[in-house]
Amino acid sequence: MSDKKAMNDKLQIQLSGITLANPIIPASGTYGFGDEFAELYDINCLGGISFKGTTREARYGNPLPRIAECGNYGMINAVGLQNPGVEHVIAHELPRLKSHYNGCIVANVSGFSVQDYVETCAMLDKEPIDILEVNISCPNVHNGGMAFGTSPEAAAEVTAAVKAVTTKPVYMKLSPNVTDIVAIAKACEAAGADGLCLINTVLGMRIDIRRRLPVIANRYGGYSGSGIFPLALRMVNQVARATSLPIIGCGGVSSAEDVIEMMMAGATAVEIGAANLTNPMVAKEIIDRLPTLMDELKIEKLTDIIGIVNHE
Amino acid sequence: MRLAGDTNEILPGQFVNIRIEGLFLRRPISVCDAQEGLLTIIYKVVGVGTESMTHLLAGQKVDMLTVLGTGYNIANAGENPLLVGGGVGVPPMYMLARQLREAGKAVRVILGFNTKDEVFYEEEFRTLGCDVTVTTVDGSHGVKGFVTNALDGQQSYYYTCGPLPMIKALLQAAGTHGEVSMEERMGCGFGACMGCTIQTTQGPKRVCKEGPVFDAAILQF
Repeated sequence: MSDKKAMNDKLQIQLSGITLANPIIPASGTYGFGDEFAELYDINCLGGISFKGTTREARYGNPLPRIAECGNYGMINAVGLQNPGVEHVIAHELPRLKSHYNGCIVANVSGFSVQDYVETCAMLDKEPIDILEVNISCPNVHNGGMAFGTSPEAAAEVTAAVKAVTTKPVYMKLSPNVTDIVAIAKACEAAGADGLCLINTVLGMRIDIRRRLPVIANRYGGYSGSGIFPLALRMVNQVARATSLPIIGCGGVSSAEDVIEMMMAGATAVEIGAANLTNPMVAKEIIDRLPTLMDELKIEKLTDIIGIVNHE
Repeated sequence: MRLAGDTNEILPGQFVNIRIEGLFLRRPISVCDAQEGLLTIIYKVVGVGTESMTHLLAGQKVDMLTVLGTGYNIANAGENPLLVGGGVGVPPMYMLARQLREAGKAVRVILGFNTKDEVFYEEEFRTLGCDVTVTTVDGSHGVKGFVTNALDGQQSYYYTCGPLPMIKALLQAAGTHGEVSMEERMGCGFGACMGCTIQTTQGPKRVCKEGPVFDAAILQF
């Protein structure tokens, strides 16, 4: 076996029949369409890219400030799905991404009504994307986004409606801002989802004590960064134990060690979010570090450890 | 603060983004000057980030992203450009003034402060050969009032950086034949997170990527 083949077997994973060279996927909203990072390194090292959350129509997003820091452990954002709209993405961003990236393209989609999700996903169905990641968990927009991810019935409705208009694998991106994420995961599974991605950001707040006002103009925002990793890990594990769908684990992952932990909890692939924003090289650094770490931990193939803590 | 490192490609008006031990987000600081491997930044302590920067020791290594954002476009200057800096908006004017002087331009500089104690870099701009006017709100040094009190309308073009009220007043008094450096709270500082996007007449623009320097004509207040 050649070294290259051995390396492929070592890191390779599969999501709904699609082979990814490794499990590392930059999370939507932290990577744009890859342009800024492609200036720094060859983004073809990535297993996949989940591109900026796309909606039916163009959106400016929320008023500024949209960002608040949370000590050493993370940040709050309330960007509010700023994006140029799906038609612009199909005409410009996607062809550009496709021209310099050969890996798995995860199309992250948001909506404000079931019809929104359906139309956007139907349009992307004809495009060269690999997975539809349906975001029913954005905490930063009203009358939509997260509203669909906080009840099992609404989550199932979006899942079934999207599945009806696409042949692409549909992964539902779940919100942690719920009482029982397992019930929502199961509802998505029953409605035909091909996989799940969790977690989105945790609804949070910071106050400027001198101005006596919320830091974020939109008052609340999504907390992300290493501070949410234990919470994300617990939810991935709960869902992995309760469903048989492949999971893309997400939330506070910032090192190769975190990736291994997330996979041991039950994730098949792992998204890197806020860490990209503070260290633009982090995704590549993690991929480069994984083989050495695996040797240290005596892991032959990453697929061997998926959900290993759940085996009796 | 002065730092040694690769200063090639750094333009006046660009910024650096500094990683600070114990804090999640980097801190964006405008470039005051960069040449021959030496980077100068001037910052004001306004919060925990800038406060901890004061504890950096001489010789300490700093993790910093550079060459961020657009710079001022020197080609637009004309023969007698005006540079207007207010408070912490003064530093980026220095590298710009130096390069404009090197290009043989007659550079007029207006530096605005609240009071005499806050004034800095007046002599440094004079040493470059600029025609310098300092304004203070309380009249304790230079011309009493705001930077707009020192305008004569004779400039071929202007470049500015400073607090939003100053920029608004300047645009009203001097028109839009100029370039403005905008400031916003940032997440990443290199265009990925959309945390600092402003609305312009040409659609949404990221202050960290399409800015911080914008054509004054496209700004909306």
